[in-house]
Parts: sequence; C-alpha cells; structure tokens
Amino acid sequence: MRRLLGYVGAVLALLAGWWLLSVAVGSPALPGPAPAISDFVRLWWSDLFPQLLHSAWRVVASMTMGALLGAPIGLLIGRSPRLDSVAAPMVFLTYPIPKIVFLPVLLVLLGIGNAPKIALITLIVFFQILVTARDAARGIPAASLLSVRSLGATRTQVFRHVVFPAALPDIFTALRISTGTAIAVLFFSESVAGTSGLGYYILDAWGRIAYSQMFAGIIAMALLGVVLYEILEMAEARVCRWTRVGR
Amino acid sequence: MATVEACAIDVVYEGVDRPVRALEACSLTVADGEPVAIIGPSGCGKSTLLLAMAGLVSPTGGEALIAGEAVRGPRLRTALILQDFGLLPWKTVFHNAALGLEVRGVSLPQRTERVEAALARVGLADFRDAYPGELSGGMRQRLALARALALDADLLLMDEPLSALDALTREDLQGLLLDIWRQRQHTAVLVTHSIEEAVYLGRRVVVLSPRPGRVAAIVDNPGMGAEGYRSTSAFYERCNELRGLLAAEGAFDQDPHVGGEGS
Repeated sequence: MRRLLGYVGAVLALLAGWWLLSVAVGSPALPGPAPAISDFVRLWWSDLFPQLLHSAWRVVASMTMGALLGAPIGLLIGRSPRLDSVAAPMVFLTYPIPKIVFLPVLLVLLGIGNAPKIALITLIVFFQILVTARDAARGIPAASLLSVRSLGATRTQVFRHVVFPAALPDIFTALRISTGTAIAVLFFSESVAGTSGLGYYILDAWGRIAYSQMFAGIIAMALLGVVLYEILEMAEARVCRWTRVGR
Repeated sequence: MATVEACAIDVVYEGVDRPVRALEACSLTVADGEPVAIIGPSGCGKSTLLLAMAGLVSPTGGEALIAGEAVRGPRLRTALILQDFGLLPWKTVFHNAALGLEVRGVSLPQRTERVEAALARVGLADFRDAYPGELSGGMRQRLALARALALDADLLLMDEPLSALDALTREDLQGLLLDIWRQRQHTAVLVTHSIEEAVYLGRRVVVLSPRPGRVAAIVDNPGMGAEGYRSTSAFYERCNELRGLLAAEGAFDQDPHVGGEGS
C-alpha cells in the first residue's frame, strides 16, 4: 500500500515536470501529458496493447533464456578454479563488447522477426547474469560449504543447498538491473527492423509526426519496464524470504 | 562404538609463501563415550586436528581412525559443530536441522519426526519456521546442536562452538551440552579457548603445543559432570593446573590478535 502511494506520488511529480517542460519548450514535438494520455487511453486496446504483447513476449523470453543459461554456467565457473582459469579470460574479453553491434549480423542470419531481437537481448542478459553468478559463487563463505560437506553432501547437493541459494539474491539483483538494458535494446532492435512491437510503434508515430501517439507509445514502454521490474521484485521477495528477516 | 584415534597425524598446508606445519606427529585416543576437551595457544592446530577427525582435512602423514576405521571423508554418524554454527541463512530452522538427514536421503516422515524431537530437546520447537537471521546467538547455537542430535550422531566434534556467545548464554549452553552428553553418552571432542569450559565439559583435557601442534599434556578431570562441579575447589584447582600448563606452552605470551586459528 505504501509502495503504491509512492508510485502515485512519483507519477504525479513526473507528470508535473513533463507538463512544465512542454510549456517551456513550446514545440509540437514535446506535447504535454494531457494529449499523450488521452491518446494512450484511446489507442490502448486497438494499437498499444497488441504491440505491448509483442514486446513483452520478446523481452520476457530473452530474459528467461539469458538467466537460465547464464546463472548455472556462472555458478559452475565460479566454483571450479580449473574451469574459471579457462572461462574467465574469455568472459572478460567479450563482456565489454557492446553486443548491440551484432544486431546487423543477427538480422542477416535470423531474419527480421522475433528471433534476432530475442537472440540479442538474451546475449546481453546472459553476460550480465553470468558475471554476477560467477562472482557470487566465488564469494560464498567457506564455513557454509564446510558445514554442508561435513554432513557428507555430494557436489550436486552442495550446489543445491549452498551455492545456488547463496547466489540467488545477487542473481535477482542483476536481473532487475538488466531489465533497463533489455528494454533499451528491445526498443533499438524493434525500431531498426520489423513491423511490430512498441519500438516500431514509437518510431512509426514519429514518422507520421503523430507526437502525442509517439508519447502514448513511450508511456506503454515505460509501463512494460515498471511491470517487469515489479514482478522480479515480488518474485525475489517470495523466493529469497530470508533476506528480509531480522538483522 | 565411536572411539577416536589420531595416529601420529602430520598436516602441512600451503601458506602464503612457504608451507605451514599445522600438526606434527599428533597422537590422541578418545574412548567410546568419552568427552574430551582440546585447548592450546592460538594457531596451534586445534581446529585442523578436529577437521582431520571430521574427514575434511587429509593428513599429510599418519591417519585418523574412528571406530577402528580410517577416516577418508565425512562419516555418517559424526556431527561437526563450527564456531559460526554452520547454519544456512536461506533455510528455516526446521530445514537447517534436517539438512544432515536430507543429504543422507532419509525419508520425509522420518526426517520430520527426528527433527521435531531434536528441536524440542534444545528448546526451539516454537521456532521451526523462523530463519537463522531471526534468532539470537544462543538460539543459533542450539539449532546447530539440534542438527547434530537429529543425525543421532555418536561422535560430536565441536570447534569453539560457544566462543561467539556472551558469558550468560555461554554458561547456559555449556549446561545444555553437559545434559545432552549425560543423557546420550556420545563421544565428544571439544576444541575451546576457554579453560573453564574445557574443565566443565572435558573428562580429559588435552593441551596442544604451539604450531606445529603436538600433544603437550593431558589432564585427567574425573570430577567432570558432577552436580555443581563449577563451584567446587577441585574445579578451580584443575583450572589453575591448566593455566600453568598453558603458560608453559607460551599461550599467554602472544598478542591474541596476531595468532590465526590454523583451520
């Protein structure tokens, strides 16, 4: 409830800022919140919601795949010095490369549908989760491992009872942070190629000089980001309950 | 029958720039059902000896035998209690206590029954769904003890289990450890920094020399376990005797912040 009130306050402040800015700039390219919101409501079911579904599917599918690939591989690398000595230099060399530059290659190889967009975001999220999971796995206190090993746990059991849960809060944090990147890359890839998704919608409205519709699309994209972030936040609170107790 | 024999154990591990000899020809026999306390200067290899008995450190020379069998890895009925309790913050009290049984593939109904009995024994029955982060230090230590009890361990290895607790909680838990030993008659090896704790909980007290650790002296303590032993003159005499032996080993010469624990 408190959280909801916080959101309402923040939205009101943002709308006020937006309105002031639009008055100050006085250009049709920056309409005030009123026409944008009225277009948002008018076009929600016909245009915005279907495009939002396209975009949401792409970003959710790629974040899921990125996490499902990145987390286990990162944890394995982090717990195995031998694997780490091989994989870490490779990761550190490739991590700083902006993966977005591969979009043209992916477009040639995978066409202009969902595949290149999902592949690109997956690649980016994969690296962010991989690096976080590796560091988290390396930082696990020796005492936690020792106590579970003393009970006769196998390697798999140590992973299940110690390594995975210990790294889980860090993995969730990385996922939440990567929603921002994921949506930015989504916008870029949708605006470059294809005829669906909010990125396409925003750029198309821009081309038609329909600025209030463009802003309606921007609101929809922001909504997508907020909803994703909140879902991850709620999932984390549920799955990592121990981080919210006592202390 | 959980007799423990340490036969001329050497442990050398790689230090930062040169090998460190933690234990050298360290020999010790603990009879079945006997509670023994190990005390010694900081960094004398006490913890290393305990970890060798637990099968978590492989001796570079000699071997540890439990119930006549050489220790090659963790043993099913050995329970190890560590200084920081070894609890997992992401598991509830119940699941922390049940971890040993779960790892060993004990069925859920049996697990539940044994864990609930163990939690009741240490007074944590009402906290089964709490997380360790919600418990006080003393309660966490009780939980670590419950995990050992649920395993039905015949050998309890304890590495300074009470050193993180305040004096009152500490005395309370020493009483609980003694009660449980009197009731179950398990073999116990307790590594401790505290002379009083060693005399209160060890029928024999083993004094280790500074690194590399060897057995420097063994003090018999037949009065251990008697009602009100802590306030008898025999208790004080035993403590003073140990203090003298430890002083001879140089336990009081070093800056306590410099010596590592060597585990």
